[in-house]
Amino acid sequence: MFTNFKSGRYVAVAAAAALLLAACGTGGGENDPGNPNAPQPATGETITLDGAGATFPTPLWQALIDDYTRNVNPNVRINYQSIGSGGGITQFKEQTVQFGSSERFLSDEDLADVEAARGCPAVQLPAVYGSVVIAFSDDQFDGLVLTADVIARVFDRDIVNFNDPAIAALNPGVDLPDVEIAPVHRSDGSGTTNVFTLYLEDEVPMWADKYGSGTEVNWAAGTIGGQGNEGVAAGIIQNPGGFGYVNQSYAIELGLPQAQVVNADGNAIYPTLEATSAGLDGLEIPESYQFSILGIGGEGYPITGAVWNFFYECGYTDAEAAELKAFWAWALGAEGDAHATELGYAPLGQAVKDRVLADLERINASN
Amino acid sequence: MSTATEATTLRSQLRGTKKGRYADPLFKSLMTTAGVFVLFLLGVMIVRTTVDAWPVFQKEGFFGFLFGMQWTAQASNETTNPDLMLGTYGAWPFIYGTFVTAFIALVIALPLAIATALYITQAAPRRIRNSLSYWVETLAAVPSIVYGLWGLLFFVPVVLMPLFAWLESTFLGDTFLFEGPVRNVSYLAAGTVLAIMILPIMTAIIREVFSAAPQDELNAAYGMGATRWEVIRQVLLPRSTSGIVGGTMLGMGRAIGETIAVAMLVGGSQRMGYSLFFGGDSMAAHIVSTFADAYPETIIGLMAIGVALFLFTFFINILARALVWRVGRLGGDSAV
Amino acid sequence: MTTTLTDIPAAPKSLKISDKRAQRRKFQNSLASIALSSAMVVACIPLILILFVVIQRGIAAFNLDLFIYEQRTFRATEEAGFAHGFVGTALIMALAIPMAVLVGISTAVYLVEYGRGTKLATAVRFVTDVMTGVPSIFVGLVVYAVVVRGTGLGLGFGTLAGAIAIALVMLPIVVRSCEEMLKLVPDSIRNASAGLGSRKWQTTTRVVLPASAPGLATGSMLAVARGAGETAPLLLTALGSLFTVTELVGRAQASLPQLIYQHARQPFPPGLERAWGGALALVIITLLFTILARTLGTKYNKIRAGM
Repeated sequence: MFTNFKSGRYVAVAAAAALLLAACGTGGGENDPGNPNAPQPATGETITLDGAGATFPTPLWQALIDDYTRNVNPNVRINYQSIGSGGGITQFKEQTVQFGSSERFLSDEDLADVEAARGCPAVQLPAVYGSVVIAFSDDQFDGLVLTADVIARVFDRDIVNFNDPAIAALNPGVDLPDVEIAPVHRSDGSGTTNVFTLYLEDEVPMWADKYGSGTEVNWAAGTIGGQGNEGVAAGIIQNPGGFGYVNQSYAIELGLPQAQVVNADGNAIYPTLEATSAGLDGLEIPESYQFSILGIGGEGYPITGAVWNFFYECGYTDAEAAELKAFWAWALGAEGDAHATELGYAPLGQAVKDRVLADLERINASN
Repeated sequence: MSTATEATTLRSQLRGTKKGRYADPLFKSLMTTAGVFVLFLLGVMIVRTTVDAWPVFQKEGFFGFLFGMQWTAQASNETTNPDLMLGTYGAWPFIYGTFVTAFIALVIALPLAIATALYITQAAPRRIRNSLSYWVETLAAVPSIVYGLWGLLFFVPVVLMPLFAWLESTFLGDTFLFEGPVRNVSYLAAGTVLAIMILPIMTAIIREVFSAAPQDELNAAYGMGATRWEVIRQVLLPRSTSGIVGGTMLGMGRAIGETIAVAMLVGGSQRMGYSLFFGGDSMAAHIVSTFADAYPETIIGLMAIGVALFLFTFFINILARALVWRVGRLGGDSAV
Repeated sequence: MTTTLTDIPAAPKSLKISDKRAQRRKFQNSLASIALSSAMVVACIPLILILFVVIQRGIAAFNLDLFIYEQRTFRATEEAGFAHGFVGTALIMALAIPMAVLVGISTAVYLVEYGRGTKLATAVRFVTDVMTGVPSIFVGLVVYAVVVRGTGLGLGFGTLAGAIAIALVMLPIVVRSCEEMLKLVPDSIRNASAGLGSRKWQTTTRVVLPASAPGLATGSMLAVARGAGETAPLLLTALGSLFTVTELVGRAQASLPQLIYQHARQPFPPGLERAWGGALALVIITLLFTILARTLGTKYNKIRAGM
């Protein structure tokens, strides 16, 4: 009888050991000293910067952080969590992060809230521009001309077929097939949605009345939701007649056929990086950096948004403030621009860059 | 069998001391505290979320929240005063989506689970019987996120889309339930993958229910010359009805709370439609999709969905347990 | 069945069953057998298919890189992996397992050894049953409200918050299975221990618990398998991270399921490949625990049979 107890006990001990081993074992090479990727705290203290915010610039921020922490300054770790622009503003106001990112600027009210909570003003600075493109499932639609009104009516399920007269009128001489349109949107709250709906809200009164703008809007019945950019891409590719909006960088990566969109001057523009930059040429940026990119004309692609970064004027340690400034100044330089253009984002113009670089100095200035 | 020395050591280990007098009540109170702590946990879970979500219920009214057709989130930081909240919070589209996907899952999974359980307990060759149930139940451990990934990138485009397109082209396409167009994400896609996800657990429960049926009665029926099918239909199934219903309810509870896989496959709009090919949203899926980007006010709205979701699963589980209990409480392993 | 004498059929010419009714019954029976076997096959197809596809697509990214490097960017094709996710999951589980197992086994001991037949025990048992059915996303919301948010404990997103959520998911599973296992220890053993003069707590800790230890391990490991694969509550409590985090409080933490979810939602092929690789790793971990638990459970039953 007791031998039985004993064998039971051994089995149990073995099991407990296995449990612990497996729990730890999944860690694999957690502190593998041979890992060149791990930041080496050899030459000083490692500084960690926490950021949170928009999903819109995530691929770019990731590339910047990866390059900077591997090649420029291995003693800094930057953790950017793409929780969404609303989340970015919320976390920034609750002071749980060192910087926030959003494709919405902080309103005067937001700024007052932050100042009351932190005891010093916030700094908001534009960082990069990006475009949202209309992508299709079918290659034959590449270059199809659309207006804001038509796009809005497609997502309103008012226009349901590619051979609709409204689309035909914009594309004379194009043989439009009888294919039902499957409009695809983001089902999770997303900055891409915010840029896209802000544009439609500004251009189309019907859209402003029925849907408005935001990271999450009440989509019409019969549209398809996709989780994340891949969900939207899957929705566009897997559904015949797929018609959706994605970040320009993703459309480039996936080689999706895209629409030309008619801008404020009546020119149909294919989304290229040059077209995005062209639209920003005449942009007047106020002292407060509170501006919206709407009503783009000339040779500019019209569905474009900016991304702002938020900082505080006080409360950082000196080292943190120095690193924040160094990183974002580097991001505005040549390497940063190279990453941006490679990923389909448009860098700020030189004049704005100079202003932003100067204003980066306000970080921790009133400490 | 123990030797004398072993018995002596054991006895000396067990000998009481004066200190030991307090040990017993102490140990008892420790264990009781743990039990009470579990009670306390559930209490905290319900109270805290309900209190947090209260402004939403105040603003919409409890039934207004449950049956409201419109869900509009707004950028606002108001979390306490219902009069200052900007959004509209009607959760019916999500509630409908939750139940419709769970129902689809049950319609597909239940017959399969019953048949599989029958096969395993009654028809399978004795040699493979054990390993069959072993593997089916082991696969219940595959995490939800894996089903979501597999569903979105493989099962839906490769298997379900052609199947659904065919369904829609038959006479069924003329009924409102199967009205086109067929999309990659829909109630039906999510429900089908849910069915696969709850199949192992339902098979396990129903198998236990069948095993609990008295073997003597089955033997008696066989002895009278009944075929296997007759034994199943006339003896086993009638004996197991309440257990099967209970197992079904447990499966439904599972399906209702399933989150990630559904979020990736259900469609994610704030509206509902009566066609099964419509892309809607479920309660759990809507919470996880929009939580990260939500303003404080919207998080309160999501909290309210969470409370409603909890209440639904609560009542379904109570009903299920009551039914399964009649068969005898199932082993923790299978009913997990 | 009411048969009158006149209904008695003519004696069959041979003993071989040949009348129409018997044939029909036989036919029905074989039809049912075929239906049941094919249902079994149909039920197995998707389950085999999921394993097959996960292995097929995951094997390419399932290499050393996945375990030793952090994620870098979605487009990175080399020196990128889920190391921080494995560390995060390991840390979260390392905190969650003691919490869930300690409270869980204590509760089970209370239910079996002390509470039998009391109203409190019935309530506790009922509550654990209810908790088994609570959706994990709800647990995530609760932990967010109580632990993460400033209006609660205000610990912020992080390892501890994630671990609390996972522990809450695991707890009812531990309680339920451990209760069953403790119940299987025969009373004669308890009486024997009491007969040797031991106190109840001594009986419990030195006789009942060791005797049922393999069973308790089985229950705990099933719970671990379940907890390690949970995604939804972690998104609301641990949030995520781009690099390895060893702090337990105050810094958002990554986990393997969260990384799979994040990478599955972006369209760059290298990232998607890693999502499949991570899914393969997660399936292996959870199946390993489940199989280990079940093997132990079978052993335990054999040991018990020998008692």
